[in-house]
Amino acid sequence: MNNYQSKRTFVTIVVLSLVLLCSTLLSLSLGSMKIPPMQVMRAVLHINPDPAYEVVVQNLRLPRIVIAILVGASLAIAGAILQGVVRNPLASPDLIGVTGGASVAAVGFITLTAGQFSIQWLPFVAMFGAFIAAGLNYVLAWKNGVTPLRLILIGIAIASAMSALTSFLLLTGPIYLASQALGWITGSIYGTSWTHVLAFLPWVVIFIPLALFYAKNINVQQLGDATAIGLGSRIQKDRLILIAISVILSGAAVGVAGGIGFIGLMAPHLARRLVGPIYGRLLPVSALFGALLLVLADFAARTIFDPLDIPAGIFTAAIGGPFFLYILYRKKKV
Amino acid sequence: MLSLLNTPLKKTIVLIVGILLLALSMLASVLFGLNQFSLAMLTDAYQHFQGTNEQLIIRDTRVPRALIGAIVGGSLAISGALMQALTKNPLASPSLFGINAGAVLFIAIAISLFGAQVSFVQLIWIAFLGAAVTSAIVYIMGSAGGDGMNPLKITISGAAVAAFASSVTSGIMLVDGKSLEQLLYWLVGSVQGRSIDHFLMILPYAAIGWIVSMFIGGSVNILAMGDEVATGLGQRIGWIKAVIAILIVILAGSAVAIAGPISFVCIIIPHTVRYVVGNNYKWILPYCAVYGGILLILADIVSRFVLMPKEVPVGVATALIGVPFFIFIARRRKYE
Repeated sequence: MNNYQSKRTFVTIVVLSLVLLCSTLLSLSLGSMKIPPMQVMRAVLHINPDPAYEVVVQNLRLPRIVIAILVGASLAIAGAILQGVVRNPLASPDLIGVTGGASVAAVGFITLTAGQFSIQWLPFVAMFGAFIAAGLNYVLAWKNGVTPLRLILIGIAIASAMSALTSFLLLTGPIYLASQALGWITGSIYGTSWTHVLAFLPWVVIFIPLALFYAKNINVQQLGDATAIGLGSRIQKDRLILIAISVILSGAAVGVAGGIGFIGLMAPHLARRLVGPIYGRLLPVSALFGALLLVLADFAARTIFDPLDIPAGIFTAAIGGPFFLYILYRKKKV
Repeated sequence: MLSLLNTPLKKTIVLIVGILLLALSMLASVLFGLNQFSLAMLTDAYQHFQGTNEQLIIRDTRVPRALIGAIVGGSLAISGALMQALTKNPLASPSLFGINAGAVLFIAIAISLFGAQVSFVQLIWIAFLGAAVTSAIVYIMGSAGGDGMNPLKITISGAAVAAFASSVTSGIMLVDGKSLEQLLYWLVGSVQGRSIDHFLMILPYAAIGWIVSMFIGGSVNILAMGDEVATGLGQRIGWIKAVIAILIVILAGSAVAIAGPISFVCIIIPHTVRYVVGNNYKWILPYCAVYGGILLILADIVSRFVLMPKEVPVGVATALIGVPFFIFIARRRKYE
């Protein structure tokens, strides 16, 4: 049984990686400029490429797709961890204030400074906002420990306060800035450069392995507080560490890409269907699904309304909403 | 029963005081703001109308604003109390259920599809439809699964539906730039800039909602005892629930249609009222109607003075008052 499961996980990971690779190539070659796949390979690998293609691939498309992969994977892992901690498969990182905090910070940055500072600072400002809001959420939910329900309820209150502030900032600022800020809130990786990739990479390199290392503690958390304590788990400490990993990954992702929703909800579900609920297997598969979903959503956002480049977050929501209904429908039948 | 007012006489007196306070706050809402008016100017505006600027401001902006504040605040508070009784979740409210986001989404779709062709009356119907569809989805999703409805499930479902609706709304606004400005109006709750015609259009729906709520208190009390007790007492639970659900949609839907999403009135008022008059819905619902209006009007008056001469939308003000209140309730209750 166990052997069968690991084999299945291995096959799933290989297949998903191949699909991800193919969609990356597809996304690199299609767009307002069509580039033949061989030329794409040459441009990526620097084997005497056509200069015009090289610019498009290296400077415009590749950083964007790399960010899509990293952000998608981070959001998926953050979602999977949070679902384990909260013991509810419908939780997602937006529920603990991350997206709200990042939005207020980002919209404030866009409308209040009105271009005084370089837009390169936006990801850092947004990340900072996400961490503050999530930290506030944790502190306010603390009362002899943190319970999942209190965390979510207070998260929703914080999200409402943040969205009130965001709308207020949007209304007080000039309308052209409102449109820019709104695009950011919906979540877009339009115009990402290698600088963004470099800013985001350290978080991913440190915290995704940490999440994988900590995965076994999520399995214990899922059993419920009483059982987990009985098994000798330091439940509040583990919970804090897991929530922190989830917040850092999703906060950094939101900082770079804005409020891209539903990936943290969908990817872990798809993964759970394929490889089951054990977190050591679930996390890598979720990460691959997350990356794949965001690459495809961004590809769709870039090409469907060409030349208009609409935020990828709209596509993830458009798939994610119905998906959510489907999950509930299935749960009802079980 | 634990409550501040324990006899019907005291409850009646406080309710009458509330009605007087409501009238006073409406008067204050008409008189104070960027332009200050006197009582004589208000009576002149209606008895000796000469079309001066002051009189126009009073008749076209201040009076509608006070009336809309009263009706929206009352409707939201009643719908919050009903929703909390229906779902047995003390934190239930139209905004947490995604009703506001759903109504706004439907309005966004209508505006981007038909532009200026949609009239305000049609938008009200569209907002109702959005409110009804989203609340049905959230309710069904929240009660799905083996263990029935529980607060965590319904809260998360509401949040997810709201997230979905609001991302699609902003998507529509971004693709269709024209509707952006028109829609920002509905994105933040406000009672400013609506005319008396808007008020008259939602009045019939709100009036029906209010009148029915004043008589339904007894049935809500029985429902609050739990489904089994209520069935045992010979109540047709299905019918009561359906009527309450329709009331919620009518009241919350018409409030959103005219004022946009104004959050937390529906949490603050019912909880405070329950503390004051106890758990009897025959009293809770009228109290909500009166004090909800007072809260919204006062919040609106305050939000005029915070950033004078700019105005803070009242939805922002109620959210900032409501969030600490909500957190207090969420922390006080013992879960699990």
